[in-house]
This record gives sequence, structure tokens and C-alpha cells, in this order.
Amino acid sequence: MEQTYTNIPKKHILVALVENKPGVLNRVASLFRRRNFNVDSLTVGRTHRPHISRMTIGVDSTRADANRIASNLNKLINVIEVSIVSQEPHVSRDLALIKVRSNDADSRNRLTVLCERYPARIVDIGTEVAIIEITAQEDVVEALIEDLKPLGIVEMVRTGVVAMGRGVRILDSQYEPVVPANSNGHAYQAYSV
Amino acid sequence: MLLSGAEIVMECLLREGVEVMFGYPGGAILPTYDAMTKYPQIHHVLVRHEQGACHMADGYARATGRVGVAIATSGPGATNLVTGISTAMMDSSPIVCITGQVTRGAIGSDAFQETDVTGVTLPITKHNYLVMDIHELPYVIREAFYIARTGRPGPVLIDIPKDIQIEKIEFVYPEEPIRLPGYRPPETADEEDVETALNLINQAKRPIILAGHGIVMAGAVGELREMVERAQIPVTLTLLGKGAIPENHPLTVGMMGMHGEAASNLAIQEADLLIALGMRFDDRVTGNLKTYAPNARKIHVDIDASEINKNVKVDVGIVGDVKTVMRQLLPGVQQTQHAEWLNRIRDWQEDSDERDIINRESPEVLLSAQVINDLWKCTGGDAITVTDVGQHQMVEAQYYPHQRPSTLITSGGAGTMGFGLPAAIGAKFGMPHEEVWAIVGDGGFQMTLCELATAKQENINVNIAIINNNYLGMVRQWQEFFYEHRYHATPMFNPDFVKLAEAYGIPAMRVTSRDQVMEAVEFARGIDGPALIEFMVEKEEIVYPMVPAGADLHNMIRRPKPGEEQVS
Repeated sequence: MEQTYTNIPKKHILVALVENKPGVLNRVASLFRRRNFNVDSLTVGRTHRPHISRMTIGVDSTRADANRIASNLNKLINVIEVSIVSQEPHVSRDLALIKVRSNDADSRNRLTVLCERYPARIVDIGTEVAIIEITAQEDVVEALIEDLKPLGIVEMVRTGVVAMGRGVRILDSQYEPVVPANSNGHAYQAYSV
Repeated sequence: MLLSGAEIVMECLLREGVEVMFGYPGGAILPTYDAMTKYPQIHHVLVRHEQGACHMADGYARATGRVGVAIATSGPGATNLVTGISTAMMDSSPIVCITGQVTRGAIGSDAFQETDVTGVTLPITKHNYLVMDIHELPYVIREAFYIARTGRPGPVLIDIPKDIQIEKIEFVYPEEPIRLPGYRPPETADEEDVETALNLINQAKRPIILAGHGIVMAGAVGELREMVERAQIPVTLTLLGKGAIPENHPLTVGMMGMHGEAASNLAIQEADLLIALGMRFDDRVTGNLKTYAPNARKIHVDIDASEINKNVKVDVGIVGDVKTVMRQLLPGVQQTQHAEWLNRIRDWQEDSDERDIINRESPEVLLSAQVINDLWKCTGGDAITVTDVGQHQMVEAQYYPHQRPSTLITSGGAGTMGFGLPAAIGAKFGMPHEEVWAIVGDGGFQMTLCELATAKQENINVNIAIINNNYLGMVRQWQEFFYEHRYHATPMFNPDFVKLAEAYGIPAMRVTSRDQVMEAVEFARGIDGPALIEFMVEKEEIVYPMVPAGADLHNMIRRPKPGEEQVS
């Protein structure tokens, strides 16, 4: 196939506002499997609106595929808004906890130096291992991981990328669900699977 | 009004205008079956297999445009619906399936007849629900019908635990508008896109319209005809788009794709503009995407944004309801003549006519094309035909020209064998005053022939034409072309279909030669209730033309012209 700007794979970040109901994550995950989209990372969390969760999805794909993913996400009834934030100015962050060997003075010194050079800090240190925390853009996290490798990484966890468009482009929804009041005045459980 | 969950289901179905539902009882859905006795306004059709219920709901929906309803119990009852749901999903057919589920407390415990049905059907439904609170039930049912019939229609499943069907609450029907924040079916097109499209349409020298199921479902038949006639643009149809324009219209080129008219396929390959309306560039209509319509700019109108640029990269993608979009386009469509282009298409059509088997001396054997063509003549070309899947389906598409939308009901996307008979029963329930023919092959018919009992029990006036070649004909054709005639697992032992029908109390006839065809068709038409005719056709027929899977659309295997037959 002819290489155009739309078919060179690169990293794209999509953000989806979804109804905060059980099973919505399953629907999104099932969509990626069903349509054979490769997901790099997927994070879900609450927002300032109790009925709405926000997903950040990192994919390694062509621009055309990123658009396809967005329109397929939009087809899910529980997905309220979708935006490909990587197509506009944005801020993105990835958080990693990295456990490395710290069983000699050299390695402890090396850790201190690295934590000064990177937006990272030592959050736990003992005679055998230390935990480094870093919150930064994905590529910065990758760079720190490379620099830590010689010390010996023994365990690692990453949250996956989260992102937000810069400036006044607001991705929000005014949605309030119709909650049928029950006799106790409690809101009902979400019903969507 | 204090009502049980089961009664709430029935109340809500009444308010959705449901007149008939197709189903099969069982433990987890029994409370709802019991409630049905209080609602005689809704007729329940007892099927013989849940797959049949789903296809009947589907056939009903396609014939009427209204939502079809299927109902089944938990576990195996629900999983038997799956093929039918997937069929409806692929062809965007609006159905609502209601399934019983084990009681809430037992969910997740591998209880008797427990299946995670919402999990199973997640990728093959437009949306699905597991109701965990009875207060949500009326909201869920309303939403389900709304989602099923709006936007790009599709199946919606509602799974209702047995204890919720039994529980009672004070029932008030929710009258407020449905609020689904993430569901906004598109309507009008972007004005800028309309302008761009109009420029392309008005400047094209060799335009062709590709009309699909969307035209039929959106009711845009009038708009299509206006555009076609004013701009003199030839129209080619997808299988499910048949009926979007009368097939005897001079600007209709016929079906496109793997077994489409050669003229349609050649026109697509030579066109300078494709105007795709409510179709989705399925691999069965495009062939090799790399060589598809190489000279054409492409306009694609579809209600589903994810269809734009999915298979074919287009110049103008318009997301909207095809009827609304065409109303936006029409004022700007100029009167044009494309005499040279239409003549070129006519030449291709004449070449096809020369090859057409129907124009030749009738051989001693009975051909399926003759059967279908005679059926077309006998029924005035005006019956609702419901096909199964395979050679007979393609022969129907080629030799039964349809004049009205929603008169060909067939499983296109899913290609579900066994669809024909149950879908025909469903269609007849929806359109009781129309003549309905189930045209099925001997293979597919045997997948759901248990529904003969349903047809008889309901005494539903469906005529069944079995095109019997004692083969899985289409598979055999592939084996002939691509697997060096190794007919493995395609020859069929068949029962005596006439005796079989008679065992069900259904009048039946067998036809072995052409002179009996019309007589048999008249026999079936004269019977009040189901009737069956078995047509014994030539065993090794081939459906021409054929674009081999993945081949270029113009590289068709053609029927040789008379005198050019190769000795093989």
C-alpha cells in the first residue's frame, strides 16, 4: 500500500466519556477484540461527575484506524463522547512504580542522580530494593526505565497513559441520568451490563 | 396498578404496538408466559426451535419495518437465539429478544440453565440489558425498542431474571422522553459535504448509484427514483437493496457483486463516480479492494459513521439518514443526460442476454432459473419472497425481479442457512394480505424444517418451494471451480420431502419437469394454509457470473455464449 500520512502507524490517544455503569469497560474491551484493534493501554477512572467515567485509550495504529476506533466507540450506547486528543495539543502522563536493586552504595547513588535528572522520586528504599515513582510523558518514563535497567529492575507497574486536551477545548457532558425514585429515595443500581 | 415484572413486560410490549411474538417457553421465562394469558391482544406463536423464533421476528421486522419480538428461556433457550441475533445484526434488522434468566441470587453460581447471555450476545447485539431491578424494567423495554428501530437498526436483547418477573411493584408507564446521552442517531448531512457531493454528481460523465438496504429501511425509494430519473444515473443494487427501485426501470442495471449482473460490475469498474447510498461495500460486492472502481471518485452516504472509509476509501463521506440526505441533495441535482454511458451499459446487458440460460432452448432437465422465473410470472412478480442461502438465493436474486421494497427477504451479511422457512412465517404474520413464498434449498431447509409444524399449527399461508438438487449446491460449485471437482460432504441424502410435508399435514407436490411448474405453483396458491412444492432441478448447475472470492470485480467467470461452450 502507498504510504500516506494516514497509514503510517503511530501512537494515538483517544479519550472516551462513558456512563458510569457496570459492564461498560467490558463493552469497550470487547469492541477492541471484535474489531481487531490493538490496544496499547487502557485506563478508566471517575470524573467530577458521578455518572460519568473517563477512559484513556492508547493505540498504536494508523490515523485512519484511529478514526475507525473513534467511530466504533461512538456506536456503543454507553459511550457519550469520544475525542482523539493526540490530534490536537494535549498533555499526557503515565505513572510508573519501578522496583530496582539498591543493595550497594553505588546503586543508591545512581538512583539519587537519576531522580534529580528525571521527574522521579524514591518512594521506598531498603537494604535490598527501592521503589522509584515517576509521573511523566510516556517517552520520558521509557527513558528512565532504560536508565534503570543496568541497576536491575525486579518489578514494575504502569498506569498507562492519561491525557487531556490543552486550553479551552472542554471534553465534558452535562448528562444527568433519569433516576426513577424508589420507595427509599435511593437511586437504582445501574442496569446496563 | 400493582403488577408483576412479567405483567410489566406485557404492558410495555402492548404500548410498543406489538401484535405478535415468537417464542418457546421454559423454566426461567414461565412467569412471563403465564402473564401472556391476561394479554390475548398479543398473539404468541409457539416455534419448534428458538432459532426459528428469532428468524421469524427478523422476517416480520423486514417485511413490515416494525420491531419483531422473540422470546425464550434461559440457558439453551437463549443460546439457540444466537444465530438469529447474529443474522439480524449483520443485516441491521430491528428485533427485540427477551430471555428469562435464573433468579438474581443464583446468577454466577452455574445454576441450572444459567448462561451469561448478555455476555454471549454482546458482540452481536446493537445493545443488551440484564435487568437487575424491577423498577428499571419499563425504562429498559422502551429503550430497547427505541434503540432497535432507530439509527442503524439492529437486535437488542433483554435478559430478565425469574424473580424480577415475579416481583410486584406499583406500575406507572414512563411517559417522559427517552434519554440516552451516548445515542444520537445522525439525521442531516453537513451542508459542505452536500455541496461537494453535488459538484461531483453534476460533473460526472459515467456515474452509477449503488443502492443498498438503507434506501429500503429509510423509505427513500421515492427520493432515489427522483434522483435517478432527473440525472439519468444508472442504478445497481445490493442483494438487500433489491426493491429500492423497480427492477424493470430502464435505469436499473440489476444486482452487483459476486453473483451480480456482469453489466453492474463492469459499470462500477468503468464509472467515474460511485454514489453509494445506504450500503456498506461488503466484500461480496467489491471483490478485490485494490482494483475496485479504480477510475471513480466515491460518495458514500450511510447512517453509521464507522462504515465510512471502512472498506473503500471515499472522497466524500456523508453520515446521515439516507432519506434526509437525499432530500438535501435533490434540489441541487441537475437534469443531465448520460446517453453514451447508458449505451455502453446497454451493450454489456445485451451481451449478458446472449449468455442467459433463460433465453435458450429448454433442456430436458429442470433448471432452477426456470423455476424461479416461472414463479415470478405466476405471482405477477409481486409476492414477498423469502430465501434461504446458497445457489437458489442467487438464482432468486437474478430471476425474480422485485418491484417494491421489502419484498425480498434474505440473509445477506450473515448468510444463514435455515433462515428461509422461519423468516417467511414471520413475514406472513407481518403482512397477512401478501402472498409469501419461502424459496429454499434442500440443504438449508433441513436446518429449520421443524418449523413446518409451527406453520401448520398456526395454519399460516406460506408457500414453500424447495429447489432440490441433492447437493449443497453453492459449496459444490466452489468445489468444482476451486477444489478440482472434489465433491466432499456436499452430496445430500434427502428424505421424501413430499411425504415429509404430508406427515405434518401439509399438502405437497413434486415437480420434475418444466411443464409442471406453473401447475404446481397454482396448486400451492390455491391452498389455504402452508403448502410445499419440491422442484427436482439439475444436480450440477452453476450460478453465473461469478467473481471468485477476492478476485477483481471485472474478472468474472461468465457463462459461455451459445456455441462457445468449452468441452471440459
